[in-house]
Amino acid sequence: MIDPIALFLLLLSASTPILFAALGELVVERAGVLNLGVEGMMIMGALSGFATAHYSGNAFLGFAAAALAGALVALPFAILTQFLMSNQVASGLALTLFGLGLAALFGKPVEGVKAPTMAAGPLGLNWIVWLGLAMVPAIWWFLNRSRAGLILRGVGENHDAAHALGYDVRQVRLAAIAFGGAMAGVGGAFISIATVLQWTEGMTAGAGWIALAIVVFSNWTAPGVLAGAWLFGGVTVLQLRLQAAGVRVPVQLLSMAPYLATIIVLVAISARQKFSRRAGGAAPGSLGQDFHALR
Amino acid sequence: MIDAAVFQAKGIGKSYPGVRANDGVSFTVAPGEIHALLGENGAGKSTLVKMIYGLVRPDDGEMVLNGQPHHPADPRAARAAGVAMVFQHFSLFDALTVAENIALGMENPPPRRELSDRIAQVSQDFGLPLNPARRVVTLSAGERQRVEIIRCLLQNPRLLIMDEPTSVLTPQEAELLFATLRKLADQGTAILYISHKLEEIRTHCDRATILRGGRVVDSCDPREHSARTLAAMMVGGEMRPIDRSGRQAGDVLLQVRALSQPAPTAEGTALKSVALTLRAGEILGIGGVAGNGQDELLAALSGEIRSAPGTILLEGADLSRHGPEARRSAGLLAAPEDRLGHAAVPDFSLTDNTLLTAGARKGLVRKGMIDRAAARAFAEAVIRAFDVRTPGPGTAAKALSGGNLQKFVIGREVMQAPRVLVVNQPTWGVDAGAAAAVRQSLLDLARSGAGVIVISQDLDELLELSDRFCALNEGRLSAPRPTDGLTLDQIGLMLGGAHGMEVAHL
Amino acid sequence: MIRLVPRSDTPALLQVATPVMAVLATMIAGGILFAIMGYDPVAAIKTIFWDPLFGLAASYSRPQLLVKAAPLILIASGLAVGFRAGIWNIGAEGQYIIGAITGAAVALAAYPAPEMWIFPAMVIAGAAGGWAWGMIPALLRNWFGASEILVSLMLVYVAQRIAAWMAFGPMRNPEGFGMPGSRNLQQYPAASNPELIAGTGAHWGVVAAAAAVLATWFLMSRHIRGFHIRAAGTAPRAARFAGVRPETLVAFCLGLSGALAGMAGLFEVAGPAGQITDKVGVGYGFTAIIVAFLGRLHPVGILLAGLLLALTYIGGELAQLTMNLPAATVQVFQGMLLFFLLGFDLLTRYRIARRVTA
Repeated sequence: MIDPIALFLLLLSASTPILFAALGELVVERAGVLNLGVEGMMIMGALSGFATAHYSGNAFLGFAAAALAGALVALPFAILTQFLMSNQVASGLALTLFGLGLAALFGKPVEGVKAPTMAAGPLGLNWIVWLGLAMVPAIWWFLNRSRAGLILRGVGENHDAAHALGYDVRQVRLAAIAFGGAMAGVGGAFISIATVLQWTEGMTAGAGWIALAIVVFSNWTAPGVLAGAWLFGGVTVLQLRLQAAGVRVPVQLLSMAPYLATIIVLVAISARQKFSRRAGGAAPGSLGQDFHALR
Repeated sequence: MIDAAVFQAKGIGKSYPGVRANDGVSFTVAPGEIHALLGENGAGKSTLVKMIYGLVRPDDGEMVLNGQPHHPADPRAARAAGVAMVFQHFSLFDALTVAENIALGMENPPPRRELSDRIAQVSQDFGLPLNPARRVVTLSAGERQRVEIIRCLLQNPRLLIMDEPTSVLTPQEAELLFATLRKLADQGTAILYISHKLEEIRTHCDRATILRGGRVVDSCDPREHSARTLAAMMVGGEMRPIDRSGRQAGDVLLQVRALSQPAPTAEGTALKSVALTLRAGEILGIGGVAGNGQDELLAALSGEIRSAPGTILLEGADLSRHGPEARRSAGLLAAPEDRLGHAAVPDFSLTDNTLLTAGARKGLVRKGMIDRAAARAFAEAVIRAFDVRTPGPGTAAKALSGGNLQKFVIGREVMQAPRVLVVNQPTWGVDAGAAAAVRQSLLDLARSGAGVIVISQDLDELLELSDRFCALNEGRLSAPRPTDGLTLDQIGLMLGGAHGMEVAHL
Repeated sequence: MIRLVPRSDTPALLQVATPVMAVLATMIAGGILFAIMGYDPVAAIKTIFWDPLFGLAASYSRPQLLVKAAPLILIASGLAVGFRAGIWNIGAEGQYIIGAITGAAVALAAYPAPEMWIFPAMVIAGAAGGWAWGMIPALLRNWFGASEILVSLMLVYVAQRIAAWMAFGPMRNPEGFGMPGSRNLQQYPAASNPELIAGTGAHWGVVAAAAAVLATWFLMSRHIRGFHIRAAGTAPRAARFAGVRPETLVAFCLGLSGALAGMAGLFEVAGPAGQITDKVGVGYGFTAIIVAFLGRLHPVGILLAGLLLALTYIGGELAQLTMNLPAATVQVFQGMLLFFLLGFDLLTRYRIARRVTA
């Protein structure tokens, strides 16, 4: 039948884009910023990464370009929310709509071309998959053990207190937003360079939104993000397997599975956070709130 | 050592648009001195200490710390120079542990293990027990203050600034705090103590600098003056005594029976079998340290939280399951503590803010339709009757000063002629003139035959207003006692004593 | 250095001026973008914003303005009510698709009956479908605290797949020679949503959009519920104190915006689109978010903003035909517009003052 190890390796690949995007968003939200533009940053990463990889012939260069593009496209969001005091929800939505449009506009020339092949890493898995897995303990360590991570959490938990103690709330948040953009960019590029192997309009298909849901699911922890990404990867792999096996359910309904799974998981975890006192209160205290310091 | 001042301010000035917050402020703090900075709300005390702590930069004048010019670019520079500050609000991180909170307040914190040891050491030295691994969200108000104090002590400050530290403490806890401060002062630390509580300044401070309207009006030894003289210096004139006459208890208006309610949020307090009876013409005072269920009790009475049937009765009618609008129609009104964002919508005009509570009783809303002219007229009536200083009813609530908005909020409820009015912290953060007006209006309301419940953390206010007093402690309400003849010490014990603090032993 | 000072009151002029400034800034930034891409910026801007109204093909494109504006305005009117309350329905696209499907289902079930009740029943079914789809995130938020933003958005992808399934499966036209897509409702008189006045483009959806503008204006400025919605959006605790139950507001706002979006979907599928296909959703639900913000969440503003964004759609198509400009240009334009709008919004909330240097 199906080899469980092969299936697990597939799951690792399928979960990688979400893992990157969600880890990035985790850091952003831990700094107190809600960036709903993950989808827009991912699609820009997918396009710039793919185009760079195609024209340079070097896939790794593509991922570097994707990280840069993700961080750059997050810049307007950062300016709007940190300097112009715009609503974070609306600005994040604008980033998603803008990113999707921009990618569609500039993506025409690379439609139909192929991605360069990548040398596989250990176990035949893409190096980026390994990088993603390595990011989980790295981000955990950063958040829970490093001085910079402590300051970042302080800023996200109570920006007035952090300001009163002399920390530059804005600077911390700008850095976090840029990092989140870079991570989302790499996640998007993994879809175009390593999974689909070509560029198509709207190819991220809601992965950015699923990443946002996974951050909630994770209860704002790095290991939780990994669990969420694997859960999502598992559902995706299973769904593709069922399609391939010719199950008598329409393809369109099977392909709903990742979205429905996301809703179910979101509801389950929200209910836990709502009804269980111990699990609650994990969301950063200043998440999504505007910060305006009077000087 | 005696002659060298730790800190000196020379002609400090600071302006905000439309306000001169500080003007030519000069004073000196000597080593080992507990120096009070005394003034009303809005006198410029917090602007001044923010400048010393590097949060705000002065427009003119200069500061000297330990003989060196002191002009910190940010709080970290101030800390490096030897200034530490215990804030009244927002300086702790709820979700973080005690150790993490302390590390964030230090420039170069030692590694985790070592930091925990040092916290344990300092808390033992000063009799302030604290577990470094606990998350701050689980701590009481007094324990939170200990975190702040230890955060400061670990840096061996030359100048320690305390911003209204006793507002969250019982009288016994305040005594312990002063014991700690005195010990620190004896070791040579200078302490700048901000407050408007005259009695504690008279008992514990060596020197007082009094601020009014951003200027220094006097500098004296507070032990040589009466509270009345200090008050006169602070306010700039004699206060009109309050008129408590002409009231007598009538029939029972409000009955609360066995009211129990789980905590609405993780940080909230559960109400445990609260019972009280309120008569017409009576003012019932409810004291307690912040966070002991005050907000929850108000919410349960206003209808924001519904309770079990039979727990809240107004003139015999069971209102327990009714929402705020139905309770208002029946005559049970409330004014919460937080003016901006709870009792009023900051962005809305005063006219619109009348619609928040007065829609039914004043006929401002009929069958869902808003009568804007009537709302405006009512807003104007409140402004006139309560002397609210504002350009007009079209002004946004957030543009009013704290005292004026509080007069508006209380006026909005009082002018609806309630049967029972419940207020929480009616004069918190309000200047003396407005506070007196608000208190008088509550007495007048009671004289007209209504029942009033005043929830407050200001014991002087409760003793001045109420006929009977009860204490709220961890969600439980004590049995009421007549206010006449009640001493501060007795009240302190009713409030839960010292909440497990130890006396500093050295 | 400059400094931001919060305003206590916003001058009425600025409320109107900032969206206009955002539109101008978008035109300038868009022109720069066109120049970089190698197009004549002036010609491109003129083709998008001027020619559809006054150019050579204006007689064809002018009626299109109402056709495209109607669903935008209808959806945005509902969304704006929720946004005012801080309730973020960003899944209007999904509610639009479901409304189109449930509305069309009535017609397909009744086919070929000629009765008069069919079209009204379709409108009700479309509204009910959108309402139900909007109530899913509402109930999940009220019962479990799940974010309505994420749930409503996820449901867009689910709705798209339901539409595809319908087009390939249950709703496929039995006389369609196996092609995906339902019967064309334009060819079924009792169920079609025709142009009411020849040459204007006005169909029943336009009437409904006008009614929605009036009704939401009335709700938000004259009715106590609108007052409560505004209060909840800016000071939720004050709204609770006034007696508003947050759960009621969530259900009301998501239900209302869902119903209006569903109705918009029905009018589209019974009129301009004609049939259920896997591409029923054309992004009106997302563009309507921009319309709502551009209109400053005010019904009259939304009316104007809806017309303007409809213009960019038509102008974009025209530029595609005459200048070979990529179709995605419009999307970029709309995204930029929202960015600029949010940026200029600063001026309504803060005054810019020179910092007094120490």
